[in-house]
Amino acid sequence: MKKFIQHQGIVVPLLSDNIDTDQIIPSREMKKVSKLGLGEGLFSGQRYRYIGEEKEGPNPDFILNQAPYDKATVLLSGRNFGCGSSREHAVWALVEYGFRAIIAESFGTIFQNNCLRNGLLPVVLSAAQIQSIADEIGNTADAFSLKIDLQKRQVSSSKTPSYGFVLDDYSQQMLLNGWDFIELTLQFRQQIDQFIHHDRKLRAWAYL
Amino acid sequence: MQRTLFEKLWDQHSVSRLPDGSELIYIDRIFLHERTGCIALNGLQDSGRELRNPRQVFCTMDHIIDTFPGRTDKTLMPGGTEFITKTREAAKFFNIKLFDINDHDQGISHMVSAEQGITLPGLTVVCPDSHTCTLGALGALAWGIGTSDCEHAMATETLRVEKPKQMRVRFEGTLNPGVSSKDIIMYLIKSYGASGGQGMAIEFCGPVIQQLSMEARFTLCNMTTEFSGFTALIAPDTTTFDYLSGKTYAPKKQHWEQAIKDWKMLFSDEDAVFDAELSINCSEIIPMISWGTSPAQSVFISDRIPILQDDAKKSAAQYMNVTNEQSLINMPIQGAFIGSCTNGRLSDLQAAAEILKGHKVSPNVKAVCTPGSAQVKLEAEQMGLHKIFIAAGFEWREPGCSLCFYAGGEGFSDGQRIISTTNRNFEGRQGRGARTHIASPMMVAAAAIEGKIVDCRRYLET
Ligand code: SF4
Repeated sequence: MKKFIQHQGIVVPLLSDNIDTDQIIPSREMKKVSKLGLGEGLFSGQRYRYIGEEKEGPNPDFILNQAPYDKATVLLSGRNFGCGSSREHAVWALVEYGFRAIIAESFGTIFQNNCLRNGLLPVVLSAAQIQSIADEIGNTADAFSLKIDLQKRQVSSSKTPSYGFVLDDYSQQMLLNGWDFIELTLQFRQQIDQFIHHDRKLRAWAYL
Repeated sequence: MQRTLFEKLWDQHSVSRLPDGSELIYIDRIFLHERTGCIALNGLQDSGRELRNPRQVFCTMDHIIDTFPGRTDKTLMPGGTEFITKTREAAKFFNIKLFDINDHDQGISHMVSAEQGITLPGLTVVCPDSHTCTLGALGALAWGIGTSDCEHAMATETLRVEKPKQMRVRFEGTLNPGVSSKDIIMYLIKSYGASGGQGMAIEFCGPVIQQLSMEARFTLCNMTTEFSGFTALIAPDTTTFDYLSGKTYAPKKQHWEQAIKDWKMLFSDEDAVFDAELSINCSEIIPMISWGTSPAQSVFISDRIPILQDDAKKSAAQYMNVTNEQSLINMPIQGAFIGSCTNGRLSDLQAAAEILKGHKVSPNVKAVCTPGSAQVKLEAEQMGLHKIFIAAGFEWREPGCSLCFYAGGEGFSDGQRIISTTNRNFEGRQGRGARTHIASPMMVAAAAIEGKIVDCRRYLET
């Protein structure tokens, strides 16, 4: 997993609530048995123009196709980002496209876990903090960028106050070190086996 | 100590508390399907890791396969065949039970898992699919996960989970004629918003729940993910036990007796404390229909679309081509779909057939019925329901996810208005530009006949 320590990048606002994983990566873009090759399909419903079902070219009205947002690596959204389908493809697509962090008021639970497994930082800020960043983006003629420091768990820019965000210590360590979480759990093998040994006696009916 | 049902399940499965406050939870069953499960199996294979307990891992084909009669491994889904063949190969490699395309027990994962007695009360069950919460109806702790977590569960028999907050929703009153558990859950989501249950384990209880059939309970729990819940739970009772008795993978003989004893302890103690409690008076509910692009954007069929104050509502209305304070009644439709893990069960098909009997689908409507599983299809055919659907002008399909989401590479067209028994009315969910209204099977059947959205209660015998 790619480490996340510090990142500074352009922020793109996609401020609606409930942006679901079907929108982030529509089903028709998931063409291979693979975690790769998904960046192109990111937000494809809005990012491209279509003739019938065929892509005709980029849709200039969509913010990701407009400078300076076409270089964005931080996405700013509203409530419940990544709700809906559990498809991890949504995270793989965001990562492959180049996003390093998503700032939102809240996240879909499965999506948030998927982010942490793939080095994409989910940052929860309040509605007011998100609004103040959005306002600043609106006021800035050129690119507005944010610095995200995971060690300090802090978001800052030259134009807005610094905001702290909450992320549990363990997730923070995982991202800072790029740990493989399956490897970490396998260290508990003995404990797991003991649990099963004991549990089998209690709930024999539960084991096939 | 007084504990909730959720806490009893949680404590029973906790292997260890981890330094970050999350817990290592033992997983009893893993269910996969060929879209996300296939990638998890391949991921495990690539990493050279072992699948620890193949006996407790199951896989079905539902998302990529098409649902046309006489189907094969070919589908309209771009690259679809690869998902199907790779799933089959991986299932063989890891020696796990696969419900393959034309098997007599194939179907949508959450339906097969219940029909086969793979999910049982008191078990932890995960599947890389967000509607795994459906199975909470059996009193199991069942939740949807991502592909990475799925690999984790297969390799370690556990998951790292942060203990969710808990909510209880009590359903009081009685159900009016023409109202189903689909309407109840839509009403709950409409009343408290699409993030109303954010991250919480939600127990459904109350007199209405006790009266609901097992199938109706599945429908109710299914849409808990649309309420942003971690999962749903219903305390098991005789309805649950009767449903499970004799199922293929359910415990037998002395194991069954011990299981029943254990299952009878699965309820929330009287003074157990929840983080949030809601109460819904079901007597107030009449048939519901969604107007926008979130399940929360729904109304009673007799109501009008609300005034569109905020941008989200405005853009939803624009996508759906509806306006401020409009009534949905008489709005022409071009598609009608009955099926999915929400409403693809026998009782759903029966309810729709009851209305369709002796009627024809409007000539402007493409109407499709896809039983959720091969077992449902067989039972429906034994009852002659397929004849009613076909005589009315419905296509009668092979089991799978079908038009719920572009499964099998099939969708409705840009700009078409669809009424559907599914759970998600997201933009583009049933095809790019397709406009989905979600509702109960009775509502979909009535609208298919008339070629426009109507109140299904006019078709109920009085
Ligand atoms: S029927 Fe629809 S919601 Fe259910 S598992 Fe299939 S795609 Fe998902």
